[in-house]
Amino acid sequence: MAVDKSTVAHIAKLARIRVPEARREALAGELNSILGWVEQLGELDTKGIAPMTSVVEVRLAKRADAVSDGGCRDKVVANAPESEHGFFAVPKVIE
Amino acid sequence: MARLNELTVAAARDGLAKGEFSATELTQASIEAMESARPLNAFITETPARALDMARASDARRAKGEAGALEGIPLAIKDLFCTEGVLTTAGSHILDGFVPPYESTVTANLWRAGAVMLGKTNMDEFAMGSANITSYYGNVENPWRGQGDNRALVPGGSSGGSAAAVAARIAPGATGTDTGGTIRQPASITGLVGKKPTYGRCSRWGVVAFASSLDQAGPLTRGVRDSAIMLGAMAGHDPKDSTSVDIPVPDYEAALTGDVRGLRIGIPKEYRMDGMPDEIEALWRDGIKWLEAAGATTVDISLPHTKYALPAYYIVAPAEASSNLARYDGVRYGLRVPGATLDEMYEATRGEGFGDEVKRRVMIGTYVLSAGYYDAYYNKARRVRTLILRDFTQAFEDVDAILTPTAPSAAFAIGERMDDPIAMYLNDIFTVPANLSGLPGISVPAALTGNGLPLGLQVIGRAFDEETMLRVAGVLEDAAGFDALPAFVAGR
Repeated sequence: MAVDKSTVAHIAKLARIRVPEARREALAGELNSILGWVEQLGELDTKGIAPMTSVVEVRLAKRADAVSDGGCRDKVVANAPESEHGFFAVPKVIE
Repeated sequence: MARLNELTVAAARDGLAKGEFSATELTQASIEAMESARPLNAFITETPARALDMARASDARRAKGEAGALEGIPLAIKDLFCTEGVLTTAGSHILDGFVPPYESTVTANLWRAGAVMLGKTNMDEFAMGSANITSYYGNVENPWRGQGDNRALVPGGSSGGSAAAVAARIAPGATGTDTGGTIRQPASITGLVGKKPTYGRCSRWGVVAFASSLDQAGPLTRGVRDSAIMLGAMAGHDPKDSTSVDIPVPDYEAALTGDVRGLRIGIPKEYRMDGMPDEIEALWRDGIKWLEAAGATTVDISLPHTKYALPAYYIVAPAEASSNLARYDGVRYGLRVPGATLDEMYEATRGEGFGDEVKRRVMIGTYVLSAGYYDAYYNKARRVRTLILRDFTQAFEDVDAILTPTAPSAAFAIGERMDDPIAMYLNDIFTVPANLSGLPGISVPAALTGNGLPLGLQVIGRAFDEETMLRVAGVLEDAAGFDALPAFVAGR
């Protein structure tokens, strides 16, 4: 499966990364060379092999369903590029 | 006595305990070293005022008879660890101005043990790289130079700033993170000891995430004993990281008995690669001889899926990165590049905020996780990962540790191998399998190339058996007797 310029534009859209038109051709080449190289995994028969979910056998610990944090709105928005009245500010989403 | 900034962690600890110097004097020496070493570009943020405050507080604690395991020891912290009130960038433009309101668990553990923060070290952007050439804050220079060759060399990556800081004798130790080898590989090419603990040994909470199933924090130091001391302070269960394992942290320093008699050391034949430099092959043979001379038995083993580790890694790591890096959207922290709509703002911010390597990996990750390709790429790689772990599990039925080279080459010049991503990825060929299988690995400086550059040997241990791994590493260190100095030593 080869990645072409239009696939690059599609992936870039999914990843929310602006890729200028002039860069798409070169990027398609780079992605193809990486994908071509990882294709060698196809040599391996992995039928019946379970995909790894965790390297260490652990049961995830449960915690009490209780509030353990909060009440720090100003800290939460302190790093925001734009905030208003304790909210994150973004371009208008709903007309 | 050696200059204070050139002391190891263990020597500084012992000197402080005997009252030969204060934490403030020790820290002052490191601050001066940090200033004199600025041409290396090892630090993104220097924190000298905070360091001196922490050192004075440490001296006050010691005066009261309270001394932690790292009391008064100045450390450099990779800029991937969130530090409360101190700029944390992950080497990326997209985290411009980000000042965490919280402290990572690993650094909090270090400060609780009495350590002092010198500053935040430079690194490949989001830890993606093997040469420290993808940082928004510029390349880091390796303090080592080849004989008769004045070109600036890479310090390895992604923990390149941490490696350069310790190799240049700015700090006796530094934190790093290792997702595909990026503690062990820079350690190998800067003449240091670098260790990736078992996955789950150190909390990932507050460490900027790259690939969550692979990332693990660890120390870079100038000796195996220092590595043991630092890990003891960094490790431990943390309820805030669900993959942090709740088992006791042993006394790693006590594991350094120097006795490897009766241990069985596996030598995996698949690590003997075509085109591997003779010097690395010869060093590996030396390592085998050293361990045999110390009473260990070496055993030829096979890890048949080794060649598939790197391609599997370059599916799994970008997939996880594409998900983890989705949070950089110009809304909650860091850079925002304006756009007419929300989507345009996201795209502009991420297009400008991420560097080329990060964009490449996020896009690969997006592709392999996208509808229609998820099974062919991502699930396939996870199945291969199961096979790689199985190789190790079977090998460890017969051996106690595994010995390999750490990296396929010594340091190379800044600018080399930059146009071919895959050639760059090959730097991690011997280190990636331990990440995919969660196992601990350590690189020990073992020799110089004919050109005068350091090379390391890697010991891989059983899961959560860092003690045996450290014991073997200690014996290799003693046998190698590596005491060469880089061309640049701060303050000399």
